[in-house]
Amino acid sequence: MKATKHIKTLNSANLKESAVKGGCGECQASCQSACKTSCTVANQKCEK
Amino acid sequence: MIHKYQLNGYNICLDVHSGAVHVLDDTAYDVLDYCDENMKKEAPAKMLDELSSKYSRDDLLETYEALYELYEMGQLFSPDDYEQFADLMTKAPVKSMCINISHDCNLRCEYCFAAKGDFGQGRCLMSLETAKKAIDFIIANSGTRHNLEVDFFGGEPLMNFDVVKQTVEYARSIEKQHNKNFRFTITTNGLLLDDEKTDFINREMNNVVMSLDGRKEVNDKLRVTPNGKGCYDIIVPKYQKLVSKRGDKDYYIRGTFTTYSKDFTADVLHMKELGFEQLSIEPVVSDPKLDYSIKEADLPMVFSEYERLAKTLIEMRKRGEYFNFFHFMIDLDQGPCAIKRLRGCGCGNEYVAVTPQGDIYPCHQFVGEEKFKMGNLNDGTFDQDMKLRFARANVYSKTNCRNCWAKFYCSGGCNANNYQYEGDILKSHKVGCELEKKRLECAIMIKAALADYQDEQKSTCDSGDCFVECR
Repeated sequence: MKATKHIKTLNSANLKESAVKGGCGECQASCQSACKTSCTVANQKCEK
Repeated sequence: MIHKYQLNGYNICLDVHSGAVHVLDDTAYDVLDYCDENMKKEAPAKMLDELSSKYSRDDLLETYEALYELYEMGQLFSPDDYEQFADLMTKAPVKSMCINISHDCNLRCEYCFAAKGDFGQGRCLMSLETAKKAIDFIIANSGTRHNLEVDFFGGEPLMNFDVVKQTVEYARSIEKQHNKNFRFTITTNGLLLDDEKTDFINREMNNVVMSLDGRKEVNDKLRVTPNGKGCYDIIVPKYQKLVSKRGDKDYYIRGTFTTYSKDFTADVLHMKELGFEQLSIEPVVSDPKLDYSIKEADLPMVFSEYERLAKTLIEMRKRGEYFNFFHFMIDLDQGPCAIKRLRGCGCGNEYVAVTPQGDIYPCHQFVGEEKFKMGNLNDGTFDQDMKLRFARANVYSKTNCRNCWAKFYCSGGCNANNYQYEGDILKSHKVGCELEKKRLECAIMIKAALADYQDEQKSTCDSGDCFVECR
């Protein structure tokens, strides 16, 4: 987390990096966890 | 692209394409209105002029400089570089399967998307022979994927529990020789749970999803037996027993909210009072013409309720009381990679559903939609053209998603809902989108609030032991 007087950034903002390293396909299908009727992907765990 | 919003006293800015989340003071929130994809080092004169009555010039210059620094670091108005990856994983193997082990159910829930258990296809159970073929299918079609997910679903899977057990046994007997690891889950209404089934589920299932809508009167209004009686009193003790014996393995108590229970925070809290911590309550998926459906007109009230739930969760965490709400879970640092986020659940491509007749569909919600039948386990058919069609359904091929700030969080939404309510898997289901966006705003705000609380605690405590983040 990085903070200045006016702005606090909560995370490391690594989405672009994840695109380069990602795509292994081992992570859970989101619908298999709890929902079965809607779709949220950002709450799934990365398997790496 | 950014998304800025105010919620619960926080000014939040999400930089969509880097994933950065910034919490801003009022000055920065206002100055941000004068920034865009083409930021210059020099502060815009228009901003200095128009905001001079509200903030000092030095403050404005300092704030702009801080925002420009984020821009230079690729954390503000960062470009969308991801379309080049959209074709990755279009030839993905199948690694997840929903086995509809029972097209029969011992409840007659009013809102059931499976036509009260039989998916409109007549009540029947899957044979062991077909279930084994399903296991063989996923092994044969999973390429080099190691982790294979199989969910026993229905209808009510406990009505065919012997076949569930034998299917697990069969999969376990062959997984090593194929270098696979099966992860089983089961979704149940709980009526038939007993000690033997509970122990089996706790031993073999990576996750168990138990249906309960919350308060007794809410649950029993729509979750009824064929003779019209509510099921709350039967299932709650069974769920409590299962969870008490489950250790730290995953489970969810999962409910549905409708227009009859738009005050669903009370249902979440009721589940917590019953001793459950892993909770999910989701909007009903149903024809807007039906009385209990969540319609556009209901959205403001549902939004308020999500906010109420989010604030309740924060206050409880601060008091050291824990529950997890599935749709407020978000990992801002170690969540799924951008490739995964391009196409969501993977239905019809990485994920399929099979019926007792051996028919293959893109997912459990497409079952019974003849035009989406992909093949059959018995004759070996599997429609590769349809698989490709689903593989290509991503946030860039869905026109409403391309320019949506939430695209890397919902990943294009539910293709089944899109088809059922908008007529096309590529057309976003509007009500679903609005609900998803609200949940995301709340989830991110919760992170901001807990980070704030953590900072406050750190300033008054040296033990470093006062972390209240998600367990």
